[in-house]
Amino acid sequence: MSVARRTISTPVILALLLIALALMAVFSGSRPFNQTIIDIFLRVILVVGLYIFIGNSGVISFGHAGFTCLGGYAAAWLTIPPMMKQTLLPGLPDWLMNLQLPFWAGAIFAAVWAALWAAVFGKILMRLSGIAASIATFAMLAMINTIYSNWESVTAATSSVVGIPIVRSIWPYLIAAILAVFVAWAHSISRAGLALRAARDEPTAAAASGIDAPKERLVAFIISGAVMGMGGALFAHSIGVVTPDTFYLTLTFITLSMLVVGGMGSLSGAVLGVVILSGLIQGLRWLEAGVSIGTTTFAIPNGLQEITLGIVMILILARRPSGIMANSELNWTRSRSEDPGV
Amino acid sequence: MQMLFDALSLGSLYALGALGIALIFGVMRLVNFAHGDVISFAIFALLWPSVDAVAVVFAGDLPWFLLIPFVLAMGAGLSVLSEIVVFRRFRRANPATMMIASFALGFVIRYFLLMLFSSRPKSISLLPALSQPVEILGARIPLLQVITIIATIAILFALTAFLKRTRFGLEMRAAAENFTMARMLGVRANRVIMGAFALSGALAAAIGLILASQTGTVDIQMGAAVMLMAFIATVIGGLGSLPGAVLAGFLLGAASVVMQTVLPIDARPFRDAFVYGAVILVLIFRPQGLIAARGSKERV
Repeated sequence: MSVARRTISTPVILALLLIALALMAVFSGSRPFNQTIIDIFLRVILVVGLYIFIGNSGVISFGHAGFTCLGGYAAAWLTIPPMMKQTLLPGLPDWLMNLQLPFWAGAIFAAVWAALWAAVFGKILMRLSGIAASIATFAMLAMINTIYSNWESVTAATSSVVGIPIVRSIWPYLIAAILAVFVAWAHSISRAGLALRAARDEPTAAAASGIDAPKERLVAFIISGAVMGMGGALFAHSIGVVTPDTFYLTLTFITLSMLVVGGMGSLSGAVLGVVILSGLIQGLRWLEAGVSIGTTTFAIPNGLQEITLGIVMILILARRPSGIMANSELNWTRSRSEDPGV
Repeated sequence: MQMLFDALSLGSLYALGALGIALIFGVMRLVNFAHGDVISFAIFALLWPSVDAVAVVFAGDLPWFLLIPFVLAMGAGLSVLSEIVVFRRFRRANPATMMIASFALGFVIRYFLLMLFSSRPKSISLLPALSQPVEILGARIPLLQVITIIATIAILFALTAFLKRTRFGLEMRAAAENFTMARMLGVRANRVIMGAFALSGALAAAIGLILASQTGTVDIQMGAAVMLMAFIATVIGGLGSLPGAVLAGFLLGAASVVMQTVLPIDARPFRDAFVYGAVILVLIFRPQGLIAARGSKERV
């Protein structure tokens, strides 16, 4: 059996899981619940994007939220009505000023734009490995954030950019999330993905077999940058507002935590980490709201939800240091499948 | 002259922070993201829980010779506690897992503080005598800057003496260099690790003290900003290398201050982008850090 046929069950199962979530939202008919599921899909896109690079290369990146930022602002530039752009972002070049694309086209360009920058940064950064690479990606994130927080005329600095058309339907997000899962799967069984994992596990043997680790890392970096950019664009369309700090440390750590809790080396882990932690966050929020209904003045202390979340994360990691899925994938057959391509 | 002192005092903060992170990294390969929150915690320990804008002082009225040890003890205490409660369970985990666990711990500490004190910055007058300027070589320098620099130098000397001259320091250096070997030769692992956490916590508390008296406010976020720079300093100094961490801390401080004056006005808001760009350059030319710690080279 070809590698593709042997491993296709993983993305199919994950896609079915996502479709099930979407159907739940549609049948419940509740607006807030619909938004919750959209948030989950957005995080699935981002965490799968992280997985494409981190999972396959073993290098922890703190910088991917930067690509989300690039994607989110690209969507803002491309889809806000020209009238609003003139007052809000006067520094844009004329051709961009008069352009207004539908949201899906904006998302595609956002992905390309983020991938372009991933290629530029990656060309420089991918020569590094280990913790030096992690810090360099962090420095990249901080650079992007500083620039977007200060370039008044094209990003409105730290004030929020409003007027991005809001997309409330759940389907575009579902399609994008499934697309991200299949892109990740296709990359992981491709020549580039296999070579990259080989270089992650056995750098010496991989180098001796002619694998150029920096090159393979760059490929993964660009693909994951594109997925993060697409996620950023959809993120912007889900709330209608972007600020540079939306895409900074909090987002970095939330997505990274979801990936590590789920299992860094596993695509199923990436998706399950999002679903489980998001479910937990949502459950705690409901609990908070539920308790405060009784009396008018008594409110649950602000922050209990985050504290519980932190403690649960520590407990999960103490129990399962390599994450919920460790390195295995969901599969039809219960055969040993340590790695999607092996 | 003013610039030199600015650079030195900012550098001192980064250096102390980097030292705290490098100490723990040295003995247990943990990149401790909770460090910034230990900084905030130590300083909030001076206040009664309240959500008012003006801090309700609890221990802050102590005379300075009691106040400083109190804050340092709070930092060290929290740090040791975090080791016992959380990090002890992660001895065998890989660095990524430990890092996320430390982040989760920092999250817990931060929101615990938020629950008690709310997120509003509070004004506090801590050691007010220190904010008066003094005249040195024709420049008016806040006394606090001078004290910060002197205190940092004193701490560095004390720490060097401690690491080089005492038995405990020797054990700690041995553990930093080769943890397994040190254990086999009879170094008590848990004691050394707890010592490193206590020292690192006390350093964090010292940063908290300096920051609070410098700005006159306490803020839950204030630890995070220093922590990020300190973290970067630790890496470009060479992870696990203490002199490297200090050197890189001072360099980063100097780079920030120099760029603030050298850059053209239009580019000044982007100062941090240039600093981070410089960090990337350093990493590309010296991925091992400025002063590579022995035993930290990747074996390929």
